[in-house]
Amino acid sequence: MSQSHSDHPEFLQHHFSDAEQQRESAKLGMWLFLLTEILLFGGLFVFYAIYRSWYPEMFINAHTVLDVTMGTTNTIVLITSSITMALAIRSIQLGRLKQTVWYLVSTFGLAGTFMVVKYFEYAHKFHLGQLPGHFYTFTGIEGTNPHVFFSAYFLMTGLHGIHVFVGMCLILWLIVKTKQGKFSPQYYTHIEMTGLYWHLVDLIWIFLFPLFYLVG
Amino acid sequence: MNKMPETHYLNCKKGIKSWLTTVDHKRIGILYLLSIMFFFFVGGMFAVLLRLELLTPDKLYIDSDMYNQFFTLHGAIMIFLFIIPAIPAILGNFILPIMIGAKDVAFPRLNLASWYIYMVGALFAVFSLVAGGVDTGWTFYTPYSTTTSTSVISITLGAFILGFSSICTGLNFIVTVHKLRSPGMTWFKMPLFVWGMYATALIQVLAAPVLGITLLLLIIERVVGIGIFDPAMGGDPVLYQHFFWFYSHPAVYIMILPGMAIISEMITAHSHKKIFGYKAIAYSSLGIAFASFIVWGHHMFTSGQSELAAMIFSFLTFFVAIPSGIKVFNWVATLYKGSIAFTTPMLYTLAFLFLFSIGGLTGIFLGALSVDIHLHDTYFIVAHFHYVMVGGTVIAFLGGLHHWWPKMWGRMYNETLAKISCGLIFVGFNMTFFTQFIMGAQGMPRRYHLYDEAFRPFHAFSTYGSWVMAVGFCLMAYYLIRSLYNGKPAGNNPWGALTHEWQITSPPPEHNFETIPITDHGPYDYDKVVAKSTLTEN
Repeated sequence: MSQSHSDHPEFLQHHFSDAEQQRESAKLGMWLFLLTEILLFGGLFVFYAIYRSWYPEMFINAHTVLDVTMGTTNTIVLITSSITMALAIRSIQLGRLKQTVWYLVSTFGLAGTFMVVKYFEYAHKFHLGQLPGHFYTFTGIEGTNPHVFFSAYFLMTGLHGIHVFVGMCLILWLIVKTKQGKFSPQYYTHIEMTGLYWHLVDLIWIFLFPLFYLVG
Repeated sequence: MNKMPETHYLNCKKGIKSWLTTVDHKRIGILYLLSIMFFFFVGGMFAVLLRLELLTPDKLYIDSDMYNQFFTLHGAIMIFLFIIPAIPAILGNFILPIMIGAKDVAFPRLNLASWYIYMVGALFAVFSLVAGGVDTGWTFYTPYSTTTSTSVISITLGAFILGFSSICTGLNFIVTVHKLRSPGMTWFKMPLFVWGMYATALIQVLAAPVLGITLLLLIIERVVGIGIFDPAMGGDPVLYQHFFWFYSHPAVYIMILPGMAIISEMITAHSHKKIFGYKAIAYSSLGIAFASFIVWGHHMFTSGQSELAAMIFSFLTFFVAIPSGIKVFNWVATLYKGSIAFTTPMLYTLAFLFLFSIGGLTGIFLGALSVDIHLHDTYFIVAHFHYVMVGGTVIAFLGGLHHWWPKMWGRMYNETLAKISCGLIFVGFNMTFFTQFIMGAQGMPRRYHLYDEAFRPFHAFSTYGSWVMAVGFCLMAYYLIRSLYNGKPAGNNPWGALTHEWQITSPPPEHNFETIPITDHGPYDYDKVVAKSTLTEN
């Protein structure tokens, strides 16, 4: 034990034999976690699919109240943030710390932009009473049970929004840790894992966008 | 005479704080042992109280509302707080890393986090107990669960949180098995316990998120009324059942697969014979895990799903019998010409084979459409479920607890008392639940507080059986706790078994191995390797 400690880097946990094993384990764990995330959202996608097949007319009518411009803006914002996230990982692999921080800050900023746009969309709908279930008071949509559309809309974009928020917290934490010099080309697992998470969050939005904004 | 090792995982660090902040998989296993056994006791108390109430056809000492709460809490506590986590979180945590020659699980901090998540989930469940109870049954079916005035939210929130604990454990095991096996430990040299845990972990990771979203939808439905499960608002209560059983059917395999995993270990170690059909048992675990995801509709034969769907689900259900049958036949074949030692773990193994076979075969009756229409929602279901879950999983868990007890604590329990207790539980269990098969076939519906006079003798006999079982469990608690103080030191390998955990000291050292072990023989090569038992007869 003691003699092997000398060549153990500081970041290597005692139960792993080398850095490669530790990194591979983290990666597999993260992919499994992403799988559970997909299944979590999967329930909501099933919810969407069933109710859309029951009330197809209503879904087409209801989607017209969503703002396609804002939705498109947000899609572009998120895809761009995926690029900056990927560039952050590339920078840390090359050992460029300052650049890494810069890319992480850009990703954080873009995520923030997404949330601000989302806030305006939500506020508008709250104002008009385009809300789920009992809270639905809007009258301008023809078809059966239009409140179901907004139940699906708020549940799915809401859960997605929570994930964006969690992602922002993680990125903020990465910025601090990178500035403290905790990461290096030898050890950047946390940035890579957050990157994987962030791409999944983007990917879910890429499905949500056409399903809600571009129905019909 | 064996001696206890001077330092081991139990005494290497001292104080309550060292336990609450530990990342050692063995200590986390012990934390789980204490908390899960506490809830087993609580759930068991509800069971005894329920049976007592059912002694007479009329009200004995609790009213119908209270009765509804009792069976709900018995079910919810036993399922979510005891039987789902029991084997993976206690024995899996303790044994699995050692079995594959690892120093710990892949993510030790996540492992500790899973225990804290479990405790938070348990707190929510306990809160619902204090805040007026729940009376929906453990399945929380809508629309009743969204309209009843009892505290459904806190218990479903509890189950939601417990799901995450389960995911953390499962995820940890999958990565550990993939990445942390020691040199020479190939997939087909892994003990079958590890295979069973691996299959269980796959189901945990794939099914629990769906339960999470289902319970979340139920909570949102109840709090803000979004109408997803409410027909008055264009929703569908049957959708809830689909969602629920898509998780909860695989969940019953989360419960039974670990039990089967334990049996594979015990049956070879205590008959000192190479397992018969290693690969068949390993693959059948994966087969069961796969089949578990395509049969959920058999819980809904009477809820108005399409007839075609019901037929397909019924047909697919029979497939589960194939891998289960493969396992049972292989276990029995393993015993053939073995040198069987009738130790307590072996007695539990034999009890399992008998009880699980009854539980499994009655499952075939229920999977058949026309028979199920008659038996649906009767005591026949209750008996079938308990034969599989108690006769299968709990018996296997108790056997495993006795099998690895000397490894966990370094001390032996009193073998005579253990055999008596095993006998009492076996007899009491059959008295309690075999009677319920007969009642159910005659039409006694489940979950009824008051019943027809004609069923009185059956119910009374069933209640007497529950008392015999309770005595067996009390006796077990007594000798197990007593063994911690004055049990005989067990030595490294009391059973003469070949897997890695028996080659290190009992209790194991803090980091399991001085040097990482090299696996040069299969886990059950009793024909090639002879391990000497350290258990001295007297």
